Amino acid sequence: MKRLLMVAAAALLVGTAPLIVQASPKDDLKAFRGYFLERFPNVPLEEFGNGVYAIDAASREQWEAIEEFPPYEIAVQEGEDLFNTPFKNGKTYASCFPNGGIGVKSHYPYFDKNSGEVITLEYAINQCRIKNGESPLKYKKGKLASISAYMAYTTRGQIIDIKIPNDPRALAAYEKGKHFYYARRGQLNMSCAHCHVDNAGNRIRADILSPALGHPSHFPVYRSKWGGMGTLHRRFGGCNKQVRAAPFKAQSEEYRDLEYFLTYMSNGIPWNGPGSRK
Amino acid sequence: MANKSIRIRAKLKGGETEVKSLMSHVMETGLRKDKKTGKKIPAHFIKEVVCEHNGKQVLLAQWGVAISKNPYLSFKFKGGKKGDTIKISWQDNKGESASAEAKVS
Amino acid sequence: MKRRTFLKGTVASGMVGMAVSAGLLTPRAVLAAWPESSFAAKSVDAAMKALLGSTSAAPSSAIKIKAPDIAENGAVVPITVSTSMPHVESISILVAKNPSPLACSYNLASNTEGFISTRVKMGKTSDLIAVIKAGGKLHSAKKTVKVTIGGCGG
Repeated sequence: MKRLLMVAAAALLVGTAPLIVQASPKDDLKAFRGYFLERFPNVPLEEFGNGVYAIDAASREQWEAIEEFPPYEIAVQEGEDLFNTPFKNGKTYASCFPNGGIGVKSHYPYFDKNSGEVITLEYAINQCRIKNGESPLKYKKGKLASISAYMAYTTRGQIIDIKIPNDPRALAAYEKGKHFYYARRGQLNMSCAHCHVDNAGNRIRADILSPALGHPSHFPVYRSKWGGMGTLHRRFGGCNKQVRAAPFKAQSEEYRDLEYFLTYMSNGIPWNGPGSRK
Repeated sequence: MANKSIRIRAKLKGGETEVKSLMSHVMETGLRKDKKTGKKIPAHFIKEVVCEHNGKQVLLAQWGVAISKNPYLSFKFKGGKKGDTIKISWQDNKGESASAEAKVS
Repeated sequence: MKRRTFLKGTVASGMVGMAVSAGLLTPRAVLAAWPESSFAAKSVDAAMKALLGSTSAAPSSAIKIKAPDIAENGAVVPITVSTSMPHVESISILVAKNPSPLACSYNLASNTEGFISTRVKMGKTSDLIAVIKAGGKLHSAKKTVKVTIGGCGG
């Protein structure tokens, strides 16, 4: 029933705003980026990867104190150890990725022409495990988050440059992600955009809403709230729950398409994961 | 709780050595309830941290449950030379312990 | 902000320590010193009395407490206590409104600086109190840190 309502809502959104549907991803990116650069004129593009810390001095100071020795270092170390531990068949994760898996987070997410779906880094990590006879890891936290943290760490400094190939299926996945982002959901009937676009920089109770621009750059994150690492899809689920919407499964098609759209919107911003957040 | 659970950086700066460390520990207060069972999760926290410079104790830290999870500790002392050994050891309320060393750079 | 590299081959800002043993320290000698009643005390006065033998400490502007005015997350509040006072013997940190106010206490060697940086848990808006024993006397400073109920942590 909820699903039906959400699909209907999305259709309604499409129906009333045909202009959004017909714009190309490049046009979307220009508009998206332009909106935030104008809303926060003193923040250079690359700083948006630091989220709320790019727009609020008081929380930035606390973040810098945490970054003195950030807790995600523990996960990165664990991730490196896991990454280098061979599977039962003797192979390692390095065999599944170019460059031995070092500095390759920048390749994700991408649209896979063979399978016709969006592949994220975490999805690829589990594909690697399954291919080598190992059971898949859980997608939101724990070992997979640590491996993702390590791979994010070795990718630091590269610039986000997601491609949307000239393939109608890739474009459809991008559009689905975009619609997800702007569609209302949940009992609070809010979209991602309501908070992170329309109200970026404003407060929701005592929290300051971070701008959507740059959102995927620093994942996975160590959140003080979680007392541990979490992946991007863990956060998607949390955010959906917070507007009282049933979350989708981590690495579901919906969330992978959403990640595709959101990361493309952050093209030009450096990869700076893993990150520390509250 | 052995390998790599204590990360240490020790740097010589203007006649004093600054030590920063990050320890991997749950620091459970004993006040939280398990969401599924409703029972209190037992306290599990580091009680003592001994910090040594070339075998001599420079700091004894006594901690309660209010130190954050994955605790951070930084201190400074006068003196120290490059290559000196900093050793940090902890013991928790369950009798578990760990220690690690690093060289002053 | 430039963020440090810490897993690459050469680490400019210091060496990463590796665990060398998981053996026990001399457990009895060390644990015997852990001030159980001080950590169990439910008020600042009771904790100070148990730990330091006195509830009176002279407020001192020579003690600096660096902590946020509003904590981003009460579970991880960075605090740095520093002082230029000589002969610092111990530094203790209390969170006045925590169920058990004493958070931690540090005994310093004679060449150890009056400087401690750590991260504490705060249950709610409260004073952070630093008590320093120097030259045989107690000195203190405090700072109010607000802990708020967040919205989404977004």
